[in-house]
Amino acid sequence: MAAYALRRLGQGVFVLALMSLLVFVGVYAIGNPIELLVNPEADDAERLRAAHALGLDKPLLVQYGLFLLHAAKGDLGRSFVYNIPAIQLILQRLPATLELALASTVIAILIGIPLGLVAGLKPDSWIGRSIMAGSIMGFSLPTFWVGLVLIMVFSVHLGWLPPNGRGQTVSLLGVPVSFLTLDGLRHLAMPAVNLALLQLSLLVRLTRAGTREAILQDYVKFARAKGIPMRRVVGVHVLKNILIPIVTVTGLELGSVIAFAIVTESIFAWPGTGKLLIDSINQLDRPVIVAYLLVIVTIFVVINFVVDLLYSLLDPRVRLGSAPAC
Amino acid sequence: MLRTIRIATVALFASLLAVGAAARDREVTIGLQAAITSIDPHYHNLSPNNGMLQQIFEPLIRRDENMKLVPCLATSWKALDDLTWEFKLRKGVHFHDGSPFTAEDVAFTLKRVPNVPNSPSSFATFTKPIVDVKIVDPYTIIFKTATPHVLLPSDMAAVLIVSKKNGENATTEDYNSGKAAIGTGPYKFKEYVPNQRVVLTANYGYWGGEEPWDKVTFKILSNPAARVAALLSGDVQMIENVPTADLAQVKKDKRFHVVDKVSNRVIYVHMLQENDKCPPGVTDKSGNPLPHNPFRDPRVRKALSIAINRDAIDQRLMEGQAVPAGQLLPDFFFGTSKKLKPAKYDPEGAKKLLAEAGYPNGFALTIYGPSNRYINDEKIAQAIAQFYSRIGIDAKVQTFPSSVYFTRATKLEFGYMLLGWGTESGEQGSSLRSLLATHDPAKGMGVTNRARYSNPKLDQLIEQAMETIDDKKREALIQEAAELAMGDTALIPIHYEVSNWATAAGYRYTPRTDQYTLAMDLRPAH
Repeated sequence: MAAYALRRLGQGVFVLALMSLLVFVGVYAIGNPIELLVNPEADDAERLRAAHALGLDKPLLVQYGLFLLHAAKGDLGRSFVYNIPAIQLILQRLPATLELALASTVIAILIGIPLGLVAGLKPDSWIGRSIMAGSIMGFSLPTFWVGLVLIMVFSVHLGWLPPNGRGQTVSLLGVPVSFLTLDGLRHLAMPAVNLALLQLSLLVRLTRAGTREAILQDYVKFARAKGIPMRRVVGVHVLKNILIPIVTVTGLELGSVIAFAIVTESIFAWPGTGKLLIDSINQLDRPVIVAYLLVIVTIFVVINFVVDLLYSLLDPRVRLGSAPAC
Repeated sequence: MLRTIRIATVALFASLLAVGAAARDREVTIGLQAAITSIDPHYHNLSPNNGMLQQIFEPLIRRDENMKLVPCLATSWKALDDLTWEFKLRKGVHFHDGSPFTAEDVAFTLKRVPNVPNSPSSFATFTKPIVDVKIVDPYTIIFKTATPHVLLPSDMAAVLIVSKKNGENATTEDYNSGKAAIGTGPYKFKEYVPNQRVVLTANYGYWGGEEPWDKVTFKILSNPAARVAALLSGDVQMIENVPTADLAQVKKDKRFHVVDKVSNRVIYVHMLQENDKCPPGVTDKSGNPLPHNPFRDPRVRKALSIAINRDAIDQRLMEGQAVPAGQLLPDFFFGTSKKLKPAKYDPEGAKKLLAEAGYPNGFALTIYGPSNRYINDEKIAQAIAQFYSRIGIDAKVQTFPSSVYFTRATKLEFGYMLLGWGTESGEQGSSLRSLLATHDPAKGMGVTNRARYSNPKLDQLIEQAMETIDDKKREALIQEAAELAMGDTALIPIHYEVSNWATAAGYRYTPRTDQYTLAMDLRPAH
């Protein structure tokens, strides 16, 4: 177990180093930040001064070396645009993104799995068919459009929910969270639902497929023959056996929802990291892009690790460390 | 049981609605398009920052909504000779902390401007010409320049005065946190959350009289559809830059009021003419490079200008949010010539000119443009391509996000490029100098001349204008330079962007030509 964790850590550090190099080369290939930052009326002296101030006058490899040197000391650099340490800029916004991602995942699980079970148990009933039809909609409607429709209906026409921003926050163990206040919940509702839609549809389909397969297995027939009530058969025997693919997908989806909630965040002006990333890419604010991707890669590594741990809890046959890690 | 649930539900919705309707009378929320990158007025010379910070800090000379210079912290100014400027300062002005404003603060500001660490775009451009500052008395200050510097008053409109008492040793962080964000302006700093919001409160002791708002919240809503939705739902009382697609709908709605004004930003085309080599993106119709650079022939440039139907672009594509351009600034600005009108659409004339220049069958041309920088930039490029196909030019369009586009344009990788230019000084001399003077960045001449257009006669006129302190004589020189450059089709002006603002019906905004969104220009409608 310890050896397994250590090996995963080693892989993680390697991925982080590779990632930062790619971003450095990538941003360098896209364009010169000075072009976007300096006022166009500025003369040569001003351009040189700005390049020097931001460390952009050095060769790329020297810039990367300096970055690694500082990163080893825990300093990921300052945003070109805001002159604020990049990591601070990200950590300020990370709670908002995590909260949104978790809220949408919870919504997806709480609604998706039961619906999937129903659809799987009664595939030919009208309810089963409408759930499947609904999940197709969830897949195919573009997020930005659904977000705008939600705003049009609930903010503009009905006036029930605020159209943008994050509500009042309270501090929970030092982290600002908004789901504990009424105002916060009102702000959270629409973006969370909007973000949950895709995940939810995915979970419905996965659960349905799993259920349909499991329900035909011998152990289910045997359990029913033994006289165990249907509720217990589904809730314990079936659910436990179909949970592994669901946990994997939920874990991966959580990662991508954290990393790429960009569309939802920009439509609802949610002050999260996705919006920060897009703005930073547009302005070639390299320290922020690098720091952001490093944080996200770390989150992915951690989530995958946790998913692996969950496997071993769900399925006692899985032994961590015995199989070659992939 | 059911009844309890029903009552609880009703109560819940009622409370939700009550919170939603909590916009109080003297509080206003405004939706902005672009992020404010700092509260330090000398950190980043960026239009959204410059607008926002004008509400907290003030310059010696202010620009009104037409960018005319009007007294602010200075009551009057004059050139004592070609190298000496005297500013008389306003008496009885106090900073937000109660300390009086004097010449010491002005001298301190000029010292601070070039020394802001890590500044990505410094204001030193505006203070560099001043080589010496002399405080005559607390309300009189004299600036000395090394060479005649006609734009000095205009430059002083870009430099916001900070307090010496609070600003000494203050870092950009101290401004962002509010510790040093102490100015003389009509609003006081309350809160700054990067890329999210800025909150200001009224400065009740303001020398220019009290503002109608106790508290102003600026929200950053960069997504245009989200910005419109925020206005429609009553979450904000004003937004800037209603997208052209939604404009008609918002205008029709009685609950809102839309104002617009032509801006100081011209959309134009630069054509690379550095040497006689065929420029990138230009070939004959079978894809081989042309023997000469067609853009060096003024007849070709003129043909490419008159082949564009500017009225069609502005009426249909821009929904009226643009005004056809014949020079670099709308003609109410300093140094513009009334003689310069937008080129008349004349495809037949264009064909004739191309034939005269030796291209009777046209050539193939790639139009390069940015894809997210100016209003409808990509569509404008496509429209131009269509007009060119009518005069026998095979035109295609290639656009890039601005992060890629401007780097490549500066490296001269484009032959025919769509660009925009906002003239912050408000006089045409400075735009001619940046865009069309011979490229010599060490001297500050032609710094953004990506066409490498070069005309010694024009250079001479611009240089002469830049040394002529007398406004009347200078204006005549700039007009002559503009007529020369536009007569030669040194670049192709397409249109001036029109900026718009939408408010709830109970509010009125005085639109500004510098595209700033200021609480001072927002009033309750009576």
